Amino acid sequence: MSQSDPNQPTRLALIASKGTLDWAYPPFILASAAAAMGWDVAIFFTFYGLTLLQKDLSAASVSPLGNPAMPMRLPFGPDLLQKMDLPIPTALMSLPGFNVAATNLMKQTFANKGVSTVGELREMCVDLGVRMIGCQMTMDVFGFTKDTFIDGVEIGGAATFLEFASDANVSMFV
Amino acid sequence: MTLLNADKVLDCTGMLCPVPVVKTAKAIREIAVGQVLRLIATDPGAVPDMQAWSRQTGHELIDTQTEGNTFIFHLRRKK
Repeated sequence: MSQSDPNQPTRLALIASKGTLDWAYPPFILASAAAAMGWDVAIFFTFYGLTLLQKDLSAASVSPLGNPAMPMRLPFGPDLLQKMDLPIPTALMSLPGFNVAATNLMKQTFANKGVSTVGELREMCVDLGVRMIGCQMTMDVFGFTKDTFIDGVEIGGAATFLEFASDANVSMFV
Repeated sequence: MTLLNADKVLDCTGMLCPVPVVKTAKAIREIAVGQVLRLIATDPGAVPDMQAWSRQTGHELIDTQTEGNTFIFHLRRKK
């Protein structure tokens, strides 16, 4: 039940502010799981999170540069090799093409393990009735337009999200 | 191992969080109130997740059985 009305379902308010491949997962996973439990869910997409609303998600990538906790492992080959962190020097990570390689490795690893793609998770959220709100201000700043977004996205500002979040049981910034 | 009779079977073998929960929520709406859904999953996270899902939705988790690396859940639609 919501904070103020026991007749309303439990409510989850999420902010998705990151557009890299790794951080694309948490908001969609949490939102779809919550909606599957019958919760009322909204995600406010702002700053780089706006890229997750675009029809084409293929630009979402990940880089281990400046992210020393990110394991760099092979998604194929002998078991022993797959379990070993690759000792890649930081300088190498800045070379052209490295992001593409790291992104492909992550996508392949996730696929091997049976994790849904970001696109599939987002589709689950849409099917389950998750409200998706695009931040008007950051759309203006970065030049995003609504026609590049998937159908059903609402456009709003901080007040739109905060009104929803004011009655939420769980609020998170991702 | 004896299994309860199920009115519908949902196989989530090889699928990870949050898919078993999402598919269960969809499948439970496809059976009538009082009927039983059998969920087959291999993700160990599905065990605590189905307990939480049951508590949150009010649908009954009748039992959870383990067979090797496979988990078999029976859920009754309550409303």
